[in-house]
Amino acid sequence: MSQGRFVRLAERDRSPIHITIDGTRVQAMEGDTLMVAMLTAGGTLRQSEFTDGNRAGFCLMGACQDCWVWTDSGHRLRACSTIAEDGMSVTTSQPGASWANHG
Amino acid sequence: MGQPRVIIVGAGPAGVRAAETIVAAGLTPIVIDEGRRAGGQIYRRQPENFRRAYTDLYGTEAPRAKSVHDGFDALRDRIDYRAETLVWNIADGHVWTASGTAQEAIPYDALILCTGATDRLMPMAGWDLPGTYSLGGSQVALKAQAVSIGSQVVFLGTGPLLYLVSSQYIKAGAKVAAVLDTSSFTARITALPDLLALPSVLWNGIALTRAIKAAGVPLLTGVTPVAISGDARTGVTGVTVRLGDGSERHFAADAVAMGYHLRPETQLADLARCTFAFDELTRQYLPVRDPDGRADAPTPLYLAGDGARVLGARSAEASGKLAALAALSDLGQPVDQGAIIMLRREVGRYGRFARGLAKAFPWPHQQAAALSDDTILCRCECVTVGDVRRTMDVTGAAETNRTKAFSRVGMGRCQGRYCGHAAAEVIAAHGEFPVADAGRLRGQAPVKPLPIAIGEAE
Amino acid sequence: MSNPVTHSDVLIIGGGLMGSSAAFFLRHTHGKSVTLIESDLVGRQASGTNFGNVRRQGRPIHQLHLANRSLEIWRKANELLGADVEYLQSGHIRVCYRERPENIGKMEEYAVEARQNGLDLEILTGNALRDRFPFFGTDVVAGSYSAMDGHANPRLAAPAFARAAQKLGAQVFENTRIGHVTKVGTDFIATAKDGRVFKAPVLLITAGAWAGELSAQFGEPVKLTARSPTMSVTEPVPYAIAPAVGVMTPLEVETVYFRQVARGNIVLGGSTRAPAVAETYRSFVKPQNTLTQLQQLRRLAPALARLNIIRVWTGIEGYMDDSLPVMGPSATTSGLFYAFGFSGSGFQIGPGVGQTMAELIATGATGIDLSHYRVERMKAG
Repeated sequence: MSQGRFVRLAERDRSPIHITIDGTRVQAMEGDTLMVAMLTAGGTLRQSEFTDGNRAGFCLMGACQDCWVWTDSGHRLRACSTIAEDGMSVTTSQPGASWANHG
Repeated sequence: MGQPRVIIVGAGPAGVRAAETIVAAGLTPIVIDEGRRAGGQIYRRQPENFRRAYTDLYGTEAPRAKSVHDGFDALRDRIDYRAETLVWNIADGHVWTASGTAQEAIPYDALILCTGATDRLMPMAGWDLPGTYSLGGSQVALKAQAVSIGSQVVFLGTGPLLYLVSSQYIKAGAKVAAVLDTSSFTARITALPDLLALPSVLWNGIALTRAIKAAGVPLLTGVTPVAISGDARTGVTGVTVRLGDGSERHFAADAVAMGYHLRPETQLADLARCTFAFDELTRQYLPVRDPDGRADAPTPLYLAGDGARVLGARSAEASGKLAALAALSDLGQPVDQGAIIMLRREVGRYGRFARGLAKAFPWPHQQAAALSDDTILCRCECVTVGDVRRTMDVTGAAETNRTKAFSRVGMGRCQGRYCGHAAAEVIAAHGEFPVADAGRLRGQAPVKPLPIAIGEAE
Repeated sequence: MSNPVTHSDVLIIGGGLMGSSAAFFLRHTHGKSVTLIESDLVGRQASGTNFGNVRRQGRPIHQLHLANRSLEIWRKANELLGADVEYLQSGHIRVCYRERPENIGKMEEYAVEARQNGLDLEILTGNALRDRFPFFGTDVVAGSYSAMDGHANPRLAAPAFARAAQKLGAQVFENTRIGHVTKVGTDFIATAKDGRVFKAPVLLITAGAWAGELSAQFGEPVKLTARSPTMSVTEPVPYAIAPAVGVMTPLEVETVYFRQVARGNIVLGGSTRAPAVAETYRSFVKPQNTLTQLQQLRRLAPALARLNIIRVWTGIEGYMDDSLPVMGPSATTSGLFYAFGFSGSGFQIGPGVGQTMAELIATGATGIDLSHYRVERMKAG
């Protein structure tokens, strides 16, 4: 699903900002949470760890921890409680472990 | 000796009124809140650059929301306010906080927990698909961000919030595909005497129902959820329910908001070693406290608002004041006994109304027995209903924590918030014993995930 | 009306990993009738809440034969028990820090002795260490790697042994607290707090931190200190760390360890322990201990600092002053045996302890050297 999951109903005249999701630049608005910024641009937030499905958050109040995404350096962000900032770059799957052992 | 150290956790209606009461007694409480802005969930504030009016956001409760916000703003330089701060543990008379990677242990002489509530969920086939949200979450999307969770939304569950949020969506111009209530209309008639404890609130509820119908949105009561259909990668495509006559109805949708009333966030009370007791009416364990909010715990602990028992925002304001007065009284501060009596009476009235709500919109526990084995029960760990039943059969586990240890149900990063009650029902139904005997998931720190980098800068 | 009486060849008090595995082997290998009594639920304290290290290295050299024996059981545990205990033979590495270079020599000495006792260790230093295990911090200078060690799920292991024993005919009684125990004639008589009576000519006490009150009833008081380990677990992350990892150091605070389970979560333990009260059956992680553990982890494996812990837990362990268990026959009472006081290091050797105790009880002898674990040593001290 390339179109957005969330639908803006009001407050549409805020200043635009841009964030990068998996390398693709998308437009969002100042005051958006990262979750809203991502889900007005796309359908899901991240891959499930244990199935081949995706997740798109659940509680929107910082309780369920379903909406984790990652910075390029691998730090997790809780998308529902993080404010999107212009220039932010996130990935929707956990970056490969830089610490993997070899043998 | 310095002044008594009072800590209030949570800045929703209960926390704000508790803080006001403590400040009025001449003390400076520490108010710790996870939110960026005070208000809690029900009176959640929109970001600073949003322009919608109070009445758009909070409807009939706009004056109350404004009063709570204004009340808090007036306190700002008379309290020690810690926003965006998590209390991740409580031990030995200290709360342990985390804000980013900064941490602190703060001692208290009185701790008032106003931790609020989250949605109470009963799983159904497909509730792990992208596009399924908690009912409260769907309200946050609208209230705090001016978005709808989808372009075609089904509201499914029960309780006053189902009607409130769906009508707010309609009013805001969202497309609502259906409002589907698992409770029967007759249950509402039975509950009427208790609901009359608050006639104006009851009337508001009836008005919401009318508004939904007037908008031409299908509103069905007494439904049984069958499945949320869709694709694991792209998400929800519709919802199927069974009606009272046994027929099934499918509603096309790309989003579902589901919730069966609320459940208190009791993890901190648990970590503070408060006693819990089973509540027959709502089928859950709740922290034990006296009518003023004094908990049965080893340190001076007070519980207020929906975090103690879900009685709604209006009651939260009163119980916040009451808990603060109880704390002040125990600290040897003079308190107005007349005010305490009035507040007890008020909270009592909300209690009667809440009993009515519990009867009118009952937790559909009987669904647990009917869930198919392949239904996801624990969304975090992807544990199915069948996994839990098989674990019980193989290991003899007959209690929630034991079943968790063997099957990982409730072991994920939400710590069982969204599956714990349902897991207890699944366990009780499969073991054929009362749900009280299934126990409750013990609270374990951290209340929410704690960065390993915590304290790094020190 | 008299209280119900249960008879068997062997009565075991304490349903942790030691008691459960002893019950299993007494049935499985020796065909004895067995009653296993647990005051709480099987494997719920030390056996169920420990780190899950199936680690031989670092143990006293004299314990390696027992550890080797136990390893053989871990390797075939799933087949033997008909249940998955999530054993992963993915290696174990013990490292030392720059500040204590003398530990490299000690590691090498230990490796020489260990090799003579069936434990192969590879010493890695500098780039060789870092190339293979890039997650180590710059303070780490050397590591001792055991390819044949690994880890398992402690929540599952003891209950799996107890269930397998039960399937073979052992009787298991949970939530059964023994108050009084004595020997009358040829029989031990254990009386539960609720009045039930259990009789057997052989008694094995495997009651962990609770064992002292039982051994004292036979004139062998043992000082056990109850402690609670500091345990944490992260969110699931891509599986990338094969070995269980620990630190060799004389400072308890530095003894942090971690392992990654196949599902992806990283389990953390060590660096601190909290005092506990066995009588209460409930213990708590001290928040400061969690913070200290995380600080130590950041030193050991800085890259993990970007992760989070999602849960902490603990249980009640019984510690001996010399950190060695009591294991073997009683010195005062024939037919009485002990296996307790494993001092936070019992998980790996657990199945071997059960097998050894079963052998000792059933045949009167065992090839495992138990001389270091005599109950009498406590009196001498």
